[in-house]
Amino acid sequence: MNWWQRLFRRTKMENQLEKELRFHLDQHASDLIAHGLSPDEARRQSRLALGGPEQAKENCRDARGTRWLEDLLRDFRYAIRMLQKQPSFAVVALLTLALGIGATTVMFTLINGVLLKPLPYSDPDKLVSVNGQSDRWNAEIFGEQNVAYLDFLDCARESRSLTIAAALYNGGTVSEPGEPEYVDLREISSGLFSVLRVPIVQGRSFLPEEDRQGAAPVAILGSGFWQRHFAGRTDAVGSSVVLDGKRFTIVGIAPAGFKLFGDEADIYTPVGQDTARYLRNRAAHPMHVVGRLQSGTTLSQAQNELALLGHHLAEQFPDTNAGRTFQVRSLRPNVGNVGSKLWLLLGAVGLVLLVACVNVASLLLARAVSRERELAMRAALGASRGRLVRQCLTESAMLGLAGGLLGVLIAADGIRPFVQVWPGALPRAEEVRVDWHVLLFAFGVSMLSGLLFGLAPALRAPFSNLEQKLRTGARSIAGSSRRLHGIFVISEIALAIILLVSAGMLGRTLLHLSSLDAGVDVRNVLVTRMALSPATLADPAKTRAAWKDVLARARNVPGVQSVATVDTFPMRAGDNEEGYWTSADVPPANKLPFALLTSVSPDYLNVMRIPLRRGRFFDDHDTVESTPVIVIDDVLARNAFGAQDPVGKRLWIPDMGYGGNVFEIVGVVGHVRHWGLAGDDQAKVRAQIYYPFAQLPDGFMHRWSELMSIAVRTEIPPLSALASLRSALKGVAGDQVLYEVRTMEQLASESLAEQRFLSLLFGIFAGLALLLACIGIYGVLAYLTGQRVPEIGVRMALGATARDVIRLVLRQSLGMVFGGIAVGIVTALAAGRLLMHTVDGMQSTEPSTLILTIPVLVLAALLASFGPALRASRVDPVTALRQD
Amino acid sequence: MAEKSDLPQGTLDLLILKVVALGPVHGYAIAQRLEQVSRGVVQVPQGSLYPALHRLENRGLLAADWEETESGREAKFYRLTRKGRTQLETEAATWQRLIDAVGLVLKLSEGGAE
Repeated sequence: MNWWQRLFRRTKMENQLEKELRFHLDQHASDLIAHGLSPDEARRQSRLALGGPEQAKENCRDARGTRWLEDLLRDFRYAIRMLQKQPSFAVVALLTLALGIGATTVMFTLINGVLLKPLPYSDPDKLVSVNGQSDRWNAEIFGEQNVAYLDFLDCARESRSLTIAAALYNGGTVSEPGEPEYVDLREISSGLFSVLRVPIVQGRSFLPEEDRQGAAPVAILGSGFWQRHFAGRTDAVGSSVVLDGKRFTIVGIAPAGFKLFGDEADIYTPVGQDTARYLRNRAAHPMHVVGRLQSGTTLSQAQNELALLGHHLAEQFPDTNAGRTFQVRSLRPNVGNVGSKLWLLLGAVGLVLLVACVNVASLLLARAVSRERELAMRAALGASRGRLVRQCLTESAMLGLAGGLLGVLIAADGIRPFVQVWPGALPRAEEVRVDWHVLLFAFGVSMLSGLLFGLAPALRAPFSNLEQKLRTGARSIAGSSRRLHGIFVISEIALAIILLVSAGMLGRTLLHLSSLDAGVDVRNVLVTRMALSPATLADPAKTRAAWKDVLARARNVPGVQSVATVDTFPMRAGDNEEGYWTSADVPPANKLPFALLTSVSPDYLNVMRIPLRRGRFFDDHDTVESTPVIVIDDVLARNAFGAQDPVGKRLWIPDMGYGGNVFEIVGVVGHVRHWGLAGDDQAKVRAQIYYPFAQLPDGFMHRWSELMSIAVRTEIPPLSALASLRSALKGVAGDQVLYEVRTMEQLASESLAEQRFLSLLFGIFAGLALLLACIGIYGVLAYLTGQRVPEIGVRMALGATARDVIRLVLRQSLGMVFGGIAVGIVTALAAGRLLMHTVDGMQSTEPSTLILTIPVLVLAALLASFGPALRASRVDPVTALRQD
Repeated sequence: MAEKSDLPQGTLDLLILKVVALGPVHGYAIAQRLEQVSRGVVQVPQGSLYPALHRLENRGLLAADWEETESGREAKFYRLTRKGRTQLETEAATWQRLIDAVGLVLKLSEGGAE
């Protein structure tokens, strides 16, 4: 017989087994009778010799080999029957588990999509990034850098181990077709799409001869832009777009969803056609470089080769390349610092899941104790200890899997809204979905939690003293389970404490941070980037005039109080950092202190309402002809000059590139939290320097104007002035646009979004854990008090009052709760340290956080224990004593 | 699982194979035969006899048919398969080598190696 026959002809096999053993017993008995024993005695002896027919049968069944499968099926059916008999237990356990597993699965789905999935290019293991590194720079501040365009060209030509391609971030105004729009532009080397192995869906990629100065202007459109401006028409290829006043022929369309370094661009152009000076300067490092390993080469070979190339370049061009080298690394998705937060949240939901497991375990244990007699009966009928443990585990595994199934359903539905409420944009959000990795994870977690909460009750399956257990009621053997229940409650409380304290810490941090002074008055300020008409950018004099015109027109818009131009804003990405020194003997760049530089027009101080501490701010007399001046903030004043008055002193800023790099300090203003309310205190560069836009020499006008923003203080709600601002600033040709419009209030609030989000989530998790722990305490106490009914009966018969009984039960509960609190606080302190590492601006754990959170827990625990206590106090001593 | 047997591990299977090799036989007769032939030295725990038979049957070393006994009752008769015979031969040989080796060791004089 093969295994499935054995499995499916069970009845026949059972009959045959029965028949075979019966024959044996009969033969043995008749032999014994022939030897002169009485028939009864003969039958008894033959049974003894076989060791009990049922045990013999069990052993034979074990010998079949398919036994485990049969048992599994039977245990499964049995488990379902047991759950049907106790639907309220089943519902509570299933919901608890579904919630815990669902939340854990949601977090894992995020981690899987954002952190674990490989890049969506083919053969991603072979992709590398190439970065520049210099020992002349302060690596702590700047880290690794991009690559100079000429260096890239040299490496691309020389490298044998890598095919490399480069991209440059840029932007521009598209004036045709459709409404003028500021677009996200990538200037790329011709090989980029082929290095990434991304096919162009329509048309073709750039040819190498198009990637040169003087070639005919060509462009590839991003899918989104193509949909917006050409409604996805196929005849877009061959037609043209006007970008920054220049007509580009469209040669191809990038596939939908194609992202380069994590974001989707509107237009791609060949970088080789760009005549900008900084691309010919080896001291400027604007290119993002990716590469693909040639087949048969390894990462370390590529690294060695590029290091050698870097060395050659340094010898060849010592002025710009001395001390520079290249780093080759596997290309990883760029997800910023999201990773640590995701793992933190997974840890937090893991704790909730643990509480859920402990909860179900204690419910199961209470059941197991009342089932002890049933299990003892089964043991007496021939079930081995392993068999009983297996049966209990099957039951809990089934509970776990059913809960997991529900949990996956919750996760599949819950993941989208969750991704949407993530503060800012979650990187790689499009990769986040339930796939087989997630299902495998959910299955593993379900099985593991099934084992976790099933093990303790299963190991209690009785095997010794069967006779005693069969004879006594379930109640009288429950004493030993009291300690186990106590441990369950303690661990639940401890887990809840960790989450409560963490939530408390986050909440306090949030309160603290939102009460901080941003350094600017964020109310009624509109900030927006602005692109001048491409026609004016060619001529510096025109550019200056255009910005003056913009300011004048904006000031006349109804509701506008004051307006200023500014290049980088507080609390928004983008900054300009330079080293400075207070005397002429400037040390090398990696020894310099650094400051944030901001170029502004004179009204900036009024728009932002930054307090002027000393001296003056800029005015219209600061021009290209007058002495180059700067204004510093009080952080820089303190760092560089201590108690001295900085006004009238000078700063040397070696990389400014104008005014001989020496600047006179004319004023001191208050510090502005440039890195956001949360991030500023930890930022590496905090000191600030303002310089007048009007003093920039002509050579800077074009580049600076590309990055310029305007800030507008309004008397009305700032966004309501936007429409009239847009039309006032459209320009003569109607091609000047405002983009990335925000209010300062939004920026300030966004700078705390992460802290707000985390404290909300931790609050929810803590609430859940608290609720589960309370259900657990209630269940355990109800059960334990139920066990103590006879004892309580005796106490009452001996004169204990109802109040004494309530006190007795509450004391038992509080003992467990305080045990849990003690364990919890120790772990919570460790968890707090972890939080301080991961969350910007995190306040350390203070006693006040504990003092606030612990009473909540004690109160909740007391509330949960009050029901059982009250019931115990109403025990009628007579019935209680008679119960045994 | 099976109760502890007085027999060394694995020998019960060998003995069963040997007894069955003499001709088709039912379980009770195997137990009787083992006890008689070994002159009562080998006490087969009857509780582990049937699991062993079923195990050997599942491994394809034994086959079984239901036949009538002399007394006219139906009983399950076990016989050796070809695979069982090969197994018996190799195991018997192994067993013989083992006994010889153990015997040699036990014959060593107390004084040490000669």
